[in-house]
Amino acid sequence: MDILNLIRIAYRALQRNKLRAFLTMLGIIIGVAAVIAMVAIGQGSKQSIHDQLSSMGSNMLTVSPASNLNGGVRIAGSSFQSLTQKDIIALQKQVQYITEISPSITSRGQAINGALNWPTSMQGVSPSYLDIRKLTLKDGIPFNENDVTTSAKVCLIGQTVIDNLFPGGENPIGKVIRFNKIPFQIIGILNPKGQNAFGQDQDDILIAPIGTVQKRISATIYYQNIYASAANENVTDAAVTEMTSILRESHRLRSNEDNDFTVRTQAELINTLSATSGLLTVLLTVIAGISLVIGGIGIMNIMYVSVTERTREIGLRMAIGARGTDIMLQFLMEAILISITGGVIGVVLGMVSTWLVTATLGWPTIVSESSVVLSFIVCAVTGIFFGYYPAQKAARLDPIEALRYE
Amino acid sequence: MSKTILEIKDLKRDFQMGVETVHALRGINFNVETGEFVTIMGSSGSGKTTLLNILGCLDQPTIGNYFLDGVDVKKLTRDELAQLRNRKIGFVFQSYNLLPRTSALENVELPLLYNKDVSVSERRERAMHALESVQLADRSDHTPSQLSGGQQQRVAIARALVNEPVMILADEATGNLDSRTSYGIMALMQELNQTHGKTIVFVTHEPDIASFSSRTILLRDGMIQKDTKNEKPRSAKQVLAELPVTDDYKI
Repeated sequence: MDILNLIRIAYRALQRNKLRAFLTMLGIIIGVAAVIAMVAIGQGSKQSIHDQLSSMGSNMLTVSPASNLNGGVRIAGSSFQSLTQKDIIALQKQVQYITEISPSITSRGQAINGALNWPTSMQGVSPSYLDIRKLTLKDGIPFNENDVTTSAKVCLIGQTVIDNLFPGGENPIGKVIRFNKIPFQIIGILNPKGQNAFGQDQDDILIAPIGTVQKRISATIYYQNIYASAANENVTDAAVTEMTSILRESHRLRSNEDNDFTVRTQAELINTLSATSGLLTVLLTVIAGISLVIGGIGIMNIMYVSVTERTREIGLRMAIGARGTDIMLQFLMEAILISITGGVIGVVLGMVSTWLVTATLGWPTIVSESSVVLSFIVCAVTGIFFGYYPAQKAARLDPIEALRYE
Repeated sequence: MSKTILEIKDLKRDFQMGVETVHALRGINFNVETGEFVTIMGSSGSGKTTLLNILGCLDQPTIGNYFLDGVDVKKLTRDELAQLRNRKIGFVFQSYNLLPRTSALENVELPLLYNKDVSVSERRERAMHALESVQLADRSDHTPSQLSGGQQQRVAIARALVNEPVMILADEATGNLDSRTSYGIMALMQELNQTHGKTIVFVTHEPDIASFSSRTILLRDGMIQKDTKNEKPRSAKQVLAELPVTDDYKI
């Protein structure tokens, strides 16, 4: 008996009981559709969580001066002066895994606009700092390299400072405020970032070109920090190693000397990222497994009913020459037809419902090919697995008894 | 030149019912030649059904031999028995056993589905031909529920014929039919036997039906009580013609 014949026999048998075949299929349909929609929603939210965590700068590296011994007294790293423009130039020349570098100096002081004043910090950085920290402007323009070299008296302003210096809601762009008595023209407004993990207000800040802060406010040639972006989260460790060796060379450290700086990563963020996606994957796999097993049990149940109900038919088929194998393959094929047809409908339904979720709720979704292929394969396997026992029961019937079955 | 189709030698069949052994057949000997129309009769419990199952290769003898068309059935495996049934035997059952919601033509095709040597087009052709020989070609697309009892049994006979078996084995084939329809079926059987030379073994308990056959074997308590040749079988066609015509049966 060839396969086409088998499919035809199975198809005709299913056709004789369309509603029941459909209801049995429904378990598989819902299972597969749920898996595909779930995975799509899961993948979508995973992607958006990933994007959000990235926007917090998960690939950011921070170089700070290390604490050091000075005549037996340990000096706090922050007061130690080791990072200079020479390091920046060395890094810029040699790095592979790093895309952006910015030095940074922060100075606290009083910002004044007319009669209003507000204590805040001014951070001097290079233009690439905005990219490294994923800062964006709500309005205005960022400063450029030229502003850094000419020590231009321009700055970007954070929302908290605006609220305190411009309470009337007037547009601060183009206005001149004074910071530590030096006038700065506001050229851009930063998008609010809110608090960081330690409760610090990240919007209470003025950002100015590094040259300006270095020369006009802090009067120093040293940097407090160097910020850098690794190409992505996965190469941060490589980037750390790379930066360390470049800086050691730049600082002329002998091999027996400790680093006079530390390079830190956003390890916590990266861990959160991988933990989140790992959890989602496990959750979805479990749901997929459960729903398909339930669908499979439905198939098994209905196939048992079907075998019992069609005992006489089985007896007849055996009497006119069907072998046990033929009967088994027929029932197995019915189970596979149910599960595969259910699988196809489920895939379509899953995609449609995914599309609906995006269209109506605006949730981000990604239908991954692997989830479609996988749930389809699982379907076929489910059909074979749960169809096998009823089919075997049918094949083992005694034709004499089957023919006399009432 | 007639050839021996069935050869039964000292056939016994025992069933184990718990601790008790039931002797359903206690040593049977008979041969059937090609072209014979044999009826097997007997009251219930006489071993009719057991003999039928063995003749139909659905069951095997405990002791003794059964040769069907020269093949020793006792030596065959389950699958080989299935193939033998498929090629050499055409079954006709009391309750027709047609597949519901399946057209007459597809029902007739069924045995050929289990025969690898028959192509799709040949299958259709042979099924149609079998339906023609039972005068039901015009009902080929009807499902069993759209056919009368007699017509359903004729579809079943067509199904038994389609594989060109060496023997048609009928089990109380007229048991569910009224006498007029029964005679119709017997007339068809006689035609197949006389015109087409089909060997027919017909199990029944009605002496009336047995009178249409050329030989009657009477079973009693698992033994052959009587094996009589019927030199002048009645013609079912003639009996049918002589039946008083009532309005119910007018076409």
